[in-house]
Amino acid sequence: MSLAAREATPAVAIEVQGLIKSFGTFYALRGVSLRVHAGECLTIFGPNGAGKTTFLRILSALSRPTSGEISILGLSLKEKSSVIQRQLGVIGHQTFLYDDLTAAENLLFYARLYDVPSPRPRLEQLLAEVGLERRAHDRVRSFSRGMQQRLAIARAMLHDPGILFLDEPYTGLDQHAAMMLTNWLQKLRNERRTILLVTHDLSQGLAMADRVAVFLQGRIIWEESAARVAAENFHQTYFDLIARGGK
Amino acid sequence: MIGLRRLAASIVREWQKLTALVWKDLLVEFRTKELVSSMLMFALIVVVIFAFTFETGSSATKEAAPGLLWVAFTFAGVLGLHRSMLHEVERGSLQGLLLAPLDRGLLFLAKAFGNIVFISLIEIPTFMLSIVFFNLDLSAGWDKIVIIFLLGTIGFAAVGTLFSAIAVNTRTREIMLPILLFPVQIPVILSAVNATAGALAGKTWADLSGWLKILGGFDLVFILICYVTFEYVVEE
Repeated sequence: MSLAAREATPAVAIEVQGLIKSFGTFYALRGVSLRVHAGECLTIFGPNGAGKTTFLRILSALSRPTSGEISILGLSLKEKSSVIQRQLGVIGHQTFLYDDLTAAENLLFYARLYDVPSPRPRLEQLLAEVGLERRAHDRVRSFSRGMQQRLAIARAMLHDPGILFLDEPYTGLDQHAAMMLTNWLQKLRNERRTILLVTHDLSQGLAMADRVAVFLQGRIIWEESAARVAAENFHQTYFDLIARGGK
Repeated sequence: MIGLRRLAASIVREWQKLTALVWKDLLVEFRTKELVSSMLMFALIVVVIFAFTFETGSSATKEAAPGLLWVAFTFAGVLGLHRSMLHEVERGSLQGLLLAPLDRGLLFLAKAFGNIVFISLIEIPTFMLSIVFFNLDLSAGWDKIVIIFLLGTIGFAAVGTLFSAIAVNTRTREIMLPILLFPVQIPVILSAVNATAGALAGKTWADLSGWLKILGGFDLVFILICYVTFEYVVEE
């Protein structure tokens, strides 16, 4: 999706109304409602088991909600999931790569699944952007965790998605790789892509965000514009929220 | 006219995705040889053990051979079906596939096709070895054996692909797959064993047609069922 096309997208990129997800008697999400504007970066914090990953899985059409409405780019996720998936890029702590394929083969494979026109020039461009052009024909098995994550970013960007979901993208990265990821995310932000970032890293998450939300026990307990959150006090604010259970 | 063009373009796109999925499975296996080597080793061991148990060329050997062959194929096949799906789940690559704008039935077809190829690859040397060890007579022709093996393998791999996707998400996945799979496979295994026995005994196409119809019918019905239900199996 080009910058011009992104600017022409609906003002609200993601709209979630009363989202509930239950696994038997356990409720992972208990009525989440949320709006993310086009070009906005929303960072979601929360302790383990708060429902953050379940929330992203449902938005990515990997899991069906028990009830609730989700609309992405003005389209209902229930009815138009494959149209919406063409506009989504997902980066998680798992890379979704095949160890026994080379970097170029992995990208070519995913390019075919996403109907990327002229995939070879596109993958060469992306490999250069993530600094892996010299390792294009090496198997992913031989890559470090940081290199694999850079390749996973290239994989997620192959089809030029307008919306990015990032689930703990810093997991297992060394400082150098984490810095590269931050720079890359800043670049994506400047390109006015809509970003939903789930992280435990309060400083990184706050630095990236236009808005922050805190999940606890399947609910959003706090939501605020990043500009109104004092970075120096945020750690304390967050821990107080969790300790009080959002009350 | 425009509608037809769109339909044709859509079919071409889906075909390209299907070939990409199959290419990926075949290339990974070509490099690792993990599935085929373990399946082949198991199947050959079964044939060799039974070759030492029975007297070569005896009538008991010839009567038992079709059953032994299909025991080797199906048990070795279970090993391959399990590993093939585990590969996708262990590194989260299945999620990567589910994130793509891809008909999940297509994903089933690609995985099933890969499994058919891998199981067929072990059937050839296993059958060759059993011709030697069990002194099987193939004067009635190879064509019947090829068709029977193909139909049996398609039915086994199609249902096995679906059930391996179910079993891989359970705690006792190694045990769960054969427990789920074999009861459903009874018509395929019985038909394949009887048809193989008939072909080795020199029976005609007309004699075998009953078993072949069961195999063909099972393949068609279960490919359709698996194609439709795969989406629900891989989602949660």
